[in-house]
Amino acid sequence: MRGVRRISVAAAAMLLAGCAQGTGDSEDTSDATFDSDAELSGEVQVMGFGAGDEIATVRLDRAKEALGSEADVKLIEGDLDIQQFLSSVASGEPPALVYAERSQIGTFASRGAVVPLTDCIEGEGIDTSVFRESALGEVTFDDEVYGIPEFNVVQLTQANADLLEQSGHTIEDVNGSDWDAVSAANEDLMKMEGGNLATIGYDSKLPEFLPLWAKANGADLISEDGRTAQLDDPAVVEALEWAVSIYDAQGGFGEVKALRDSADFFGDGNQFATGVLGAMPMEQWYVSVLNDVSPDAPMAFDTVRDLQGEPIAWASGSAWAIPKGSPNPEAACRLARVMTETDSWIAAAEERVRLREESGGLFTGILTANEAADEAVREMAPTDGDSVWSQAVAAMYEANDHTFAMPANPAGDEFEQAWQDEVNKVLTDGKEPADALADAQTAAQEALDEAWATWDEK
Amino acid sequence: MSVAAPPARRAAGGRRRREGRAALLFISPWLIGFAVFMAYPVLYTMYLSLTDYDVINDPTFVGLENYRELVSDEKVTLALRNTFIYTAMAVPAQLVLSLALALLLQRAGRAAGFFRTAFFLPKMTPPVAVGVLLLMLLNGQSGLLNEFLGWFGINGPNWTTDPDWVKPGLVVMSLWTVGSSVIILLAALQEVPDELLDAARVDGAGWWGRLRHVVLPIISPAIYFIVVVDTIASLQSFTEAYTAFFGAGNTTYSNDAALFYAIYLFQQAFEFLHMGYASAMAVLLFGIVMVVTAVQVMLSRRYVHYTGGPR
Repeated sequence: MRGVRRISVAAAAMLLAGCAQGTGDSEDTSDATFDSDAELSGEVQVMGFGAGDEIATVRLDRAKEALGSEADVKLIEGDLDIQQFLSSVASGEPPALVYAERSQIGTFASRGAVVPLTDCIEGEGIDTSVFRESALGEVTFDDEVYGIPEFNVVQLTQANADLLEQSGHTIEDVNGSDWDAVSAANEDLMKMEGGNLATIGYDSKLPEFLPLWAKANGADLISEDGRTAQLDDPAVVEALEWAVSIYDAQGGFGEVKALRDSADFFGDGNQFATGVLGAMPMEQWYVSVLNDVSPDAPMAFDTVRDLQGEPIAWASGSAWAIPKGSPNPEAACRLARVMTETDSWIAAAEERVRLREESGGLFTGILTANEAADEAVREMAPTDGDSVWSQAVAAMYEANDHTFAMPANPAGDEFEQAWQDEVNKVLTDGKEPADALADAQTAAQEALDEAWATWDEK
Repeated sequence: MSVAAPPARRAAGGRRRREGRAALLFISPWLIGFAVFMAYPVLYTMYLSLTDYDVINDPTFVGLENYRELVSDEKVTLALRNTFIYTAMAVPAQLVLSLALALLLQRAGRAAGFFRTAFFLPKMTPPVAVGVLLLMLLNGQSGLLNEFLGWFGINGPNWTTDPDWVKPGLVVMSLWTVGSSVIILLAALQEVPDELLDAARVDGAGWWGRLRHVVLPIISPAIYFIVVVDTIASLQSFTEAYTAFFGAGNTTYSNDAALFYAIYLFQQAFEFLHMGYASAMAVLLFGIVMVVTAVQVMLSRRYVHYTGGPR
């Protein structure tokens, strides 16, 4: 028995020793020397990025060329697995470069999982003036840039032109510039059959697009410095009340979601092709999907507009960041530079144009966080308005010129969860919008205060 | 005054020590596996539950702060309530269906092999796929379940959005994977002695009487095992509900009615990076499972009958 006891004590001691060891500290990149003329070598492991199409491969080839033959780029493909990424940083074995959502950068930066890119930007000569202000703002945390912005995502008003015409409406009635007009069009477009919703009139896309409707009504969900929640602002409450009323008029959110979910969203049985949706705001990438799977669908497009009639879009997208302890920060920085520089985007767009011409498809443009690249690529895309698809592309670029974004903050996910949870309660539990947003305000501000306090103590 | 042990006793003691060392040597692979994969994570979780830890930076000791926060966190209460309600519905439903299928299979004759395989196959379906299936089968507009109910003139509910129907919908989907319980119960049913059933029949017992007074007591150990295992699994429910209501396909839509404790724990750990708080949640769940299982063990002494002598 004594032997067993001894072994148990030894095992417990080992375990406690392991506990006490913690996660260890990784080296930061302060000793790295960034120089755009330097010869680089070694492995460059990239997490969260996949070279799935020509836009990726053309730019990646250019990046590899810029890195030189001594550098070996290895991709860990698929969406970024946050757990995997943070574990790799905590264990001191992070990838050289990480590809993440811009909304995640503030959280990563506040935890010290990614490093400021001031030296990288200076050394590699990255021209940050070409980046859209909203995109750069999303990766700027406490006045330091932590990410190099890449793609941009914006919303457009997408509608079924036949249904609009049959109900006596136009795209202007559903672009959001007049909420009463949207509500009226919603009631005219929707159809009920046997007590069930058969055609969705208008889908205000809650919970996700609350920030868009709030901004259209002149309010931001969070202050510019990312420290104060503004969820109980009367303009936000009004936006939520209106967006929810769109569902209430159609029998409730459950009815709309059930019909929305029953459509073949990415196939030729999509809700526009089958005439079961009047209109909705939707990200621009869906234009390409529709053009591919149902090119003859009766579509109409416009930007989403605020209550003054001005185009508006909530921008989100991706960014490159260098993890704390990156084993090859110099190569990582160069790769990020080449992937996002204007010439790379143009080369990638040219390749896509060529492939589209070969397959008889339409080039529907590329939206990036690089304004100069967008202007050049815009020239390659049909924006003359001759066809409905060129109207879509024109609207997409117009929306891209009128974007806003959420500022980086250390509690990005919790802030988002706070308002989404409460909006969901309004949608499914019938909670009053004002009460829901008051509760969301409390939860979000608590999360922000706690996260900022931790950051400020550092 | 000390007295030396007799030589025979000393020899016996030496032999026992040698045997003890040999025994430890033989079970050392299991001991090492237990220490590395079970004891260490459990102990480390307990340690982390007393810290503020964000995965990146070293843990900071905060005492019982995480536990104090647990008590005041309304979402913990909500998640626990959801989990208990789901467990209370799912475990009996799974048991009754498993038993019914096993009783049917027992009468299937030559086709029993085919049906055994057929009932077990869904168990092989990845839980993530079940979560996606749930959204399709239970769609309020076009789902198969509501189509089926429509044949009887019933206008089915919105299973995936109506908070009152979300948990029953998840219970319905959990019935998809009762195959392993069916196999266990079928094996137990085949162990029921024919002579006991014949004796009951001679005494005038009908089908229900034989089931209630002969079959169920004899297969009660199998039922007990299934109840314990299914209860623990239900208290830890995660994948199907997460995939259907909180996963990548539902980046913004979620439903509080489906917020199970394990889902909230996951959110705290891997979305909000509150690993210390999540560890405290894990310790609480561990305690709850221990208590529930202990109660089941106590009840089993009264309701579970072991044939072939005392346990």
